[in-house]
Amino acid sequence: MNSSRRKFLKLAGMAALGITAGKYEKIFGLTGYSNTQHSQSVSKLRAMVIDIRKCLVEKGCTACISSCNKTHNVPNIDNTKHEIKWIWKEDYENVFLEKENHFLNEDFKHSEILILCNHCDNPPCVKVCPTKATWKREDGIVMMDWHRCIGCRYCMAACPYGSRSFNWISPRPFIENITKNFPTRTKGVVEKCTFCDERLARNQLPACVEACPQKCLLFGDLNDSKSEVRQVLANNFSIRRKPSLGTNPKIYYIV
Amino acid sequence: MYDSGKILAGIIIFILLITFPFWLNSIQGEYKGEPELVIDRSNGAQCVKSTDYMRNSHMTLLNEWRDEVVRNDNRFYTISSGERIEMSLSNTCMSCHANKEEFCDRCHDYSGVKPYCWDCHIEQKKLETN
Repeated sequence: MNSSRRKFLKLAGMAALGITAGKYEKIFGLTGYSNTQHSQSVSKLRAMVIDIRKCLVEKGCTACISSCNKTHNVPNIDNTKHEIKWIWKEDYENVFLEKENHFLNEDFKHSEILILCNHCDNPPCVKVCPTKATWKREDGIVMMDWHRCIGCRYCMAACPYGSRSFNWISPRPFIENITKNFPTRTKGVVEKCTFCDERLARNQLPACVEACPQKCLLFGDLNDSKSEVRQVLANNFSIRRKPSLGTNPKIYYIV
Repeated sequence: MYDSGKILAGIIIFILLITFPFWLNSIQGEYKGEPELVIDRSNGAQCVKSTDYMRNSHMTLLNEWRDEVVRNDNRFYTISSGERIEMSLSNTCMSCHANKEEFCDRCHDYSGVKPYCWDCHIEQKKLETN
């Protein structure tokens, strides 16, 4: 009797171990960062390079911003609590918070740097979305399905760059000239830059890249070593926003 | 039967009450039968599916298109004639069925459904007349 109970317990233990063994790797093998996308060079890896040196020459230029707003029916709301931003400018010291270099030129501290969604390789917004309304595409674009968004704003809390905006009020009355081949959003939905996925599908460059008169925005494929972005990154010193967070942004700034 | 007068009166009042929507509509003359769609075929374009399919399942087709475009980045659809068209409500469907009031709203109002497509998607014709 005793020996059979002992045998039974042993067997049960072994069985439990066998069943859970498959999950072991999933639980303990979490690195938080997947490298698989880089090794598969079949897929593109979309990225943008912003040449701040050129961008700062034309102070007050908003060609890229207005082009984006026009293309995507981004409303112009004056109340900062309700405003919607896809691509905009912010003071240097607010954009690059991990500044280790003191005694910067005062002018530079307050120079306006262009920012937009970083399309992180490890996007925290995607992890927290409860409805899979936001996800990372194979080509690295952090996409949004506005049909699916329930407006919980977890993604806004998770994004360390403030790249997402919430429609507290209906945006339609605040769009001066509606572009008819692109939808507007509705009250209760989060929105952000999607790297112009609709234009990329038609083999066009993103609207901001196309609009820049100084050509300081470059867009391309990081997986292609001959691409313009890779060439520029290889030949210039570049920085990214909050690299220590491990989100691995795909917007590079040449300083 | 005791109190037959009261009971019969009660039954009549009860029947009148539960049939309230039916006789109210017939008195007011709101009901004009099923709506008829006016479709302009002058440009010779062919619809993506048969009329029967579209009448019953256009919402399913639109949902499939939405998922294909947004989720899979696949923007084109091949119709039975072999023509490739863009999967888009406002750019493809409404380029022929341009009048939302006459085409969409008539049936939706009749069947009492309120789709929220146009909260975001833009009605082409309205924009042109504005």
